[in-house]
Amino acid sequence: MPIIEVSGITKSFGEVRALRGVDLNIEEGTVYGLLGPNGAGKTTAVRVLATLLVPDTGTATVAGYDVVADAPALRSVIGLAGQSAAVDEILTGMENIEMVGRLYGLRPRDARQRGGAILERFDLTFAADRPVKTYSGGMRRRLDLAASLVGAPKVLFLDEPTTGLDPRSRIGLWEFIEDLVDEGTTLLLTTQYLEEADALADQIGVIDHGKVIAEGTSDELKSMVGGDVLDFQVADRHETEAAAAAVAGIGREEPRIDKANGHVALSVESPVGVITQAVRRLDAAGIKLRDLAIRRPTLDDVFLTLTGQTIGDEAEPEDVPAATGPGRGHS
Amino acid sequence: MTTEAAPVELDKRNPRGHFVSDSLVLTKRNLLKYVRVPTLLVFSTVQPIMFVLLFVYVFGGAISIPGVSYTNFLMAGIFVQTSIFGSTQTGVSLAEDMGKGLIDRFRSLPMSRAAVLVGRTVSDAGRNLFVVTLMTIVGYIIGFRFQAGFINAIAALLLSVSFGFAFSWISAAIGLAIRDVESTQAASFVWVFPLTFASSAFVPVEGFPSWLKTFAEWNPITVAVDATRALILGGELNPDLWQSVAWVLVLLAIFVPLCVRLYKKV
Ligand SMILES: Nc1ncnc2c1ncn2[C@@H]1O[C@H](COP(=O)(O)OP(=O)(O)O)[C@@H](O)[C@H]1O
Ligand SMILES: [Mg+2]
Repeated sequence: MPIIEVSGITKSFGEVRALRGVDLNIEEGTVYGLLGPNGAGKTTAVRVLATLLVPDTGTATVAGYDVVADAPALRSVIGLAGQSAAVDEILTGMENIEMVGRLYGLRPRDARQRGGAILERFDLTFAADRPVKTYSGGMRRRLDLAASLVGAPKVLFLDEPTTGLDPRSRIGLWEFIEDLVDEGTTLLLTTQYLEEADALADQIGVIDHGKVIAEGTSDELKSMVGGDVLDFQVADRHETEAAAAAVAGIGREEPRIDKANGHVALSVESPVGVITQAVRRLDAAGIKLRDLAIRRPTLDDVFLTLTGQTIGDEAEPEDVPAATGPGRGHS
Repeated sequence: MTTEAAPVELDKRNPRGHFVSDSLVLTKRNLLKYVRVPTLLVFSTVQPIMFVLLFVYVFGGAISIPGVSYTNFLMAGIFVQTSIFGSTQTGVSLAEDMGKGLIDRFRSLPMSRAAVLVGRTVSDAGRNLFVVTLMTIVGYIIGFRFQAGFINAIAALLLSVSFGFAFSWISAAIGLAIRDVESTQAASFVWVFPLTFASSAFVPVEGFPSWLKTFAEWNPITVAVDATRALILGGELNPDLWQSVAWVLVLLAIFVPLCVRLYKKV
C-alpha cells in the first residue's frame, strides 16, 4: 500500500488555480521527485500534504492519516523543510535543533542528545554553538534539513532543498539526502532541476500548471521522448535558427532550440545515419558546427516534449500574480 | 556516515497536553533574543526615556495639575504607553517568523497551536515588564515617587503590563492577517499612536475640546492610565481599576480565539 495517496486534490487562491486535480501514489521507502517550473504548484502540494493548507476538494492520506481529519496525529510522523531555510538566526544551530526536538515531544535530555547526533551527521558539529546568522547558505540548508529530521519522521517533505545553493553545496546536500533514504525514510522532494530529480528520485512526477502531466522512473520518462536525441551547437550563434531549419525533417519532430545555451535538439527514431545526414545538410547550408552528438534523452527533453516549453521558461503571465502572499517566500 | 539513529519514543502526541511546555520552549526562544542582542533592549528603553524627558522638561512646565507633581502624574501614562507601544512588536515578530518560514515549520509540528502565540505574547509581556521596571528607576532619578506603598506600586506595573499583554493579541491578529513586517509595523502605529495620545496618558482630558474629550473618556487607554495612576497616587479605590481589568479580559476573550483561528489558516 502506498504511504502517500493523493487523489483529486484541487486548491485555488482567489483566481489562481494552484492545483487542478493532483493524483499521487508514493511507495514507502522511496524518493518521489515532483519536478516542475516555478509556479507549477509544487509548494502548494507540499503544503497540503504537510497539513499546512486544507485542499478545496480531493483527499490525501500520508502514513495512513488523512491530511485534514487526522492532521494532529499526522504531524508526529512527518518532517518538513520548506522552500526557505526555516531557522532562527539568533539561536545557535544546537538551540534550533533542540527547540524543534522539544516541539516534537522529546524530553530536554533526548532533544539535546539527538540534536548532537544529527548535527554531527550533517557536518555541523563544528558550528553547533555558533549563532545561525554566521552560517553560510549551505550550512543553513543543512541545519534546516537536520531540524526536519529530529522527530525521526516516516515521511519527509523537502521543498526545493537546493534552490539558491552553489553547485558544490548542492551536490553535497544530495549526498545527505541519499543517506536518508538508505534508512528507509520516504521522501517527497520538489525541484526545478532535472539533474536533481534524475540523481535522487526513484519516481518522478512532472507537474505543470497544477497538474501532474507525466509520471514514471527517469528512464520511463525518457523513453516517452522515444529513441535518441541529436544535439548540436553551431559555431556562430546567429545561425542557430537557420541550422534548425536545415535539419528539420531528419527526426520525427521539429528541432527544438534551447535559447539559453544555443543547443538544437532533435528526437530521432534510430541513430543510424543521422549524424552523416545532419552534417551533410549543415554543410550544404554553409553552417559551421561547434559540436554534434547523439545522446540519450534527458528530462529536459521530456519536459519539452510534454509541454513545448523548457523548464526554465517563464510561467505564463496569468499564473504570475503581481504580488504573491507577502512573506511566504514564493519564488 | 550513517549514525545509528536511535529510535526515538515519540509519543502519539496530544498537542493540547503539551500546551504549557511548548509555550515555555517558545517563550525561552523569544527571550534569548534579548540576551543575545542586548541592543534590542536598549532601543526598547530609549524611546520611553525620551518621552519622559520630553514631557517632564519640555511640556511639563506648561502643564500644572492640582495636588500632584507633573512627574508623578506622568509616569502612569508612560508605563501604559511603554507597554502598548511595546506590544506592537508582537505582530511584527510574528510576521517576521512567517516570512522566514518558521511559522510553517511550527505548524507542521505536533505541537500546541496556541503555543506559538502564547510564547510570543508572554515573552513580549516579559520584555515590557523589564522596560517598565527600568522606567521606574529612570523616574526615581528625576523625582518620581510611588505615593501609595509597595503593593500598589507592583499592582500599577502589573496592570500596565497586563494591558500591553491584551494589546499584544490585537497586534498578533494584525500581524497574522497582514503577514508582512513593514506593513504590520505601519499598520500598528496608525491606531496605537492616536489612541495613546487621545487619552489621559500625558495631560488631563479636561483640557481637550469636547469631541476629543468624549472620545478620550471612552478610550480604554484612558481607563488603564487612570487606574494605574490611582494605584500610584493612592486615594480611594477607583472604578477605573475594575473597568481596566474588564477591558483586559474582554480584549483577550475576543482576540485570543481570533488569533488562533488566523494562525490555523496562515
Ligand atoms: N498564498 C497564496 N496566495 C495566492 N496565490 C498563491 C499562494 N500560494 C501560491 N499561489 C500561487 O499558486 C501557484 C502555484 O504556486 P506554488 O505552489 O508556490 O508553485 P511552485 O512551488 O511550483 O513554484 C502560483 O501561481 C502562485 O502564485
Ligand atoms: Mg515553490
